[in-house]
Amino acid sequence: MPEHAADPHAEPHDHVVPVGTYILVFLALMVGTAVTVAASYVDLGIWNTPVAMLIAVTKAGLVVSFFMHLKYSPRLYWIWLGAAVFFLAHLLLGTGADFLGHLFLNLGSPGT
Amino acid sequence: MSTHAGEVPEPYGRPGGPPPPERPTLPVREPVNYLNVSYGTKSWLLTVDHKRIALLYMFSITVMFAIGGIFATLIRLELLTPPGDMVQSETYNKLFTMHGVVMVFFFLIPSIPATLGNFLIPIMIGAKDLAFPRLNLLSWYIYIVGAVFTMYAMISGGVDTGWTFYVPYSTHYSNTHVIATGLGIFINGFSSILTGLNFIVTIHKMRAPGLTWWRLPLFVWAHYATSLIMVLGTPVIAVTVGMVALESGLHLGIFDPALGGDPILFQHLFWFYSHPAVYIMILPAMGVVSELVQGMSRKRIFGYSFVAISSLAIAMLGFLVWGHHMFVSGQSTYLGLVFSGISFLVAIPSAVKVFNWTATLYKGSISLDTPMLYALGFIGLFTIGGLTGLFLASLGLDVHLTDTYFIVAHFHYIMVGGAIMGYLGGLHYWWPKITGRLYPETWGRVSAIIVFFGFNLTFGPQFILGYLGMPRRYHYYPPEFQILHVMSSAGASILALGYLLPLVYFTWSMRYGPRASANPWDARGLEWEIPSPPPTENFVGQPVVTDRTYEYGSEEGTTVV
Amino acid sequence: MSSPSETPPVVAHHPALRHHFDTMATQKDSSLLGMWVFIAQEIMFFGGMLAAYAIYRNLYYDAFAAGSHHLDVKLGTINTAVLICSSLTMALGVHAAALGKRKATVLFLLLTIALGSVFLGIKVVEYADKFHHDLVPGPRYSAESLHGPHGEPLTADVALHSQLFFALYFGLTGLHALHMIIGVPIIAIMAWKAGHGRFGPAYYTPVEITGLYWHFVDIVWIFLFPLLYLIPHHA
Repeated sequence: MPEHAADPHAEPHDHVVPVGTYILVFLALMVGTAVTVAASYVDLGIWNTPVAMLIAVTKAGLVVSFFMHLKYSPRLYWIWLGAAVFFLAHLLLGTGADFLGHLFLNLGSPGT
Repeated sequence: MSTHAGEVPEPYGRPGGPPPPERPTLPVREPVNYLNVSYGTKSWLLTVDHKRIALLYMFSITVMFAIGGIFATLIRLELLTPPGDMVQSETYNKLFTMHGVVMVFFFLIPSIPATLGNFLIPIMIGAKDLAFPRLNLLSWYIYIVGAVFTMYAMISGGVDTGWTFYVPYSTHYSNTHVIATGLGIFINGFSSILTGLNFIVTIHKMRAPGLTWWRLPLFVWAHYATSLIMVLGTPVIAVTVGMVALESGLHLGIFDPALGGDPILFQHLFWFYSHPAVYIMILPAMGVVSELVQGMSRKRIFGYSFVAISSLAIAMLGFLVWGHHMFVSGQSTYLGLVFSGISFLVAIPSAVKVFNWTATLYKGSISLDTPMLYALGFIGLFTIGGLTGLFLASLGLDVHLTDTYFIVAHFHYIMVGGAIMGYLGGLHYWWPKITGRLYPETWGRVSAIIVFFGFNLTFGPQFILGYLGMPRRYHYYPPEFQILHVMSSAGASILALGYLLPLVYFTWSMRYGPRASANPWDARGLEWEIPSPPPTENFVGQPVVTDRTYEYGSEEGTTVV
Repeated sequence: MSSPSETPPVVAHHPALRHHFDTMATQKDSSLLGMWVFIAQEIMFFGGMLAAYAIYRNLYYDAFAAGSHHLDVKLGTINTAVLICSSLTMALGVHAAALGKRKATVLFLLLTIALGSVFLGIKVVEYADKFHHDLVPGPRYSAESLHGPHGEPLTADVALHSQLFFALYFGLTGLHALHMIIGVPIIAIMAWKAGHGRFGPAYYTPVEITGLYWHFVDIVWIFLFPLLYLIPHHA
């Protein structure tokens, strides 16, 4: 098949990740959870949510890279995952921009 | 295990190369193919052959097209006279809603991908089937379940919200069958998602050796772009109509202003899918036309890579412009400016395609057979539809034209003049491959011409109606609009005749049509190298691609694009 | 354009190789790509509701904070830990399947099912609490059990909008739980097949793509947990 010949990333996803890596990732996820909970009790002002999301993104990145083997997988999977994240971001940005426009530019409350 | 050595000149079509050998048009005994390999209802309902599933879809969407067409007929009948004398406004609301729901979700979106795409993509890339044949069958069943829900809603009284289900009308005030219809669309969405997923994996993983991306037929490129929208757009509409169904049933407040919900949010989520959905309808038709124009002018397409990439560009940009449906909804004006600007960008890849098709015709050896007539019709009508789309993308002008017949005319030029012309053109072009029979060419040309003129008579006057200020979705109107409405209704009856004709002669040809050779158009592409109709496994051995697609032996064919 | 190949490569067919694929590698690649594309679809599926959440949380922050504070952070944290454990056992199950360790595969898959069930069980306890306090959106909804940052009762506006929080709480966690309810029987089938020796180092793709699905469901929860349970009151 063409992608085998052309794509040097085609084979490595049979790469067997050592059990130790899994355990380390697991511990990191547990620590991340604890940090998220702890951080929510600290008043960081407007930074509470960004910090929580940053930790969540890091945890998700660990799961995707190691548990789901994306680190050892063809570039194509990255592209598809990236496409979904891109369009999701655009959905949030587009709808969010509408509401922000109403809130901050004093154009009246949304929907009116 | 050689496939068809000796049957096909290799490489064929080169200047001075051997002409394709004559084939017997009437073989003594029909060889085994996907149609006669087994018989009976069960062999069809449990089939995993992509070609048979394509025919299942073809039958289903034809039924849905007929149902949607009946609603359209009633609408045009009512609009013959200024007063609302045939139906009440409630009935009229249901008529245009059901027309929209059936035509958009159950005909246009599956039309080309699920029939021609299903049939041709594996063959065009030299594969035996789609990557997930059972999933493909499941898609069809999901489509049927979705259709049954919608039919139930129709039979038990219909739905009157418009196909857009705008809240809070749909969730709080309409006492029609919003929930059943919403569920039908929700379920049908998964059919679309799974079809797209299947195409993506198939195109990535199952191409024949040597068939690189830059050798792929443009039909396949177009379907890859379509599948991208299907997979990434459809889930949003599914969850949105799901929320509408929940809101209608339980009054949670998500879209209810009285409880803090926001109806504009619904419009955002709805159009996030439903704008790209327009490209689900038109991109496959563009893929078909790319094939038709080359096959019928016997010339490799002008600027292959630009046409291929413009499909992806349309799919990507299509996701970024949904707000142009909401210029008068109360959406932030500044955001409207951005959406207006990005909407203009979509014109660029669309125009690239139109220019390249036209340039392909230049000095081509053009034969005005039925598929070509449809393709030329497509190019003209799509151009009109696309250019009027620019009017509507202009923020200021849209305030005048929105919710008038100008919009109705515009999107029918794209969806009927574009998508359905493409579908019919493709159906004629590949009909000999699908059924192994030839349709009567004269009748085909007659139907193409009738459809073209009927269509323009139906929707041309609606541009003027809309510009003069006739709003859409009204069943009565001031008498001065009558002449334009009568023209439109007259055109609709001509258009209906144009659609009935192919139904009649296609049905006739399945039994009485002359047998088709493997390559009746003397066209290029893997699908023309296997028998008509193809065997279940498509290819006897593994085809190996050694050259790029569309080598028609013209001088352009040897230049590197 | 094409030429017929001379002879097809002679390969001993694996019994799991379906007729339209040439090799096991292509079949596996296709299945994996299919699952990744499906996950891309899932991201957008949750995305529609997440967009609604993002908008309303910013519009009605106080109501969302009040609703969030009624949720049990202890149960939520335990559930997060349970789900992460199940992700680990799933990863180890796939690992065992790749190495052809039949017993270990079955054991880890069964552990995953157990942990998934614990998660769903705790979810039932939490849902029951919401029913008990009339916090289920709909005609019976009442914000009486909610309170502001200093224990004071909510103003009428905030009380009204708190229903949106619970609508999205049930929507998002319900959708997530539905994915788990679908996932558990699939893992059970995989465990059964693994126990009957259907998988080996040459063929364990079904276990692998089930794993991908399960990990994705885990990731959704990683985002839902801070978004729903950990909204701080503005000082």
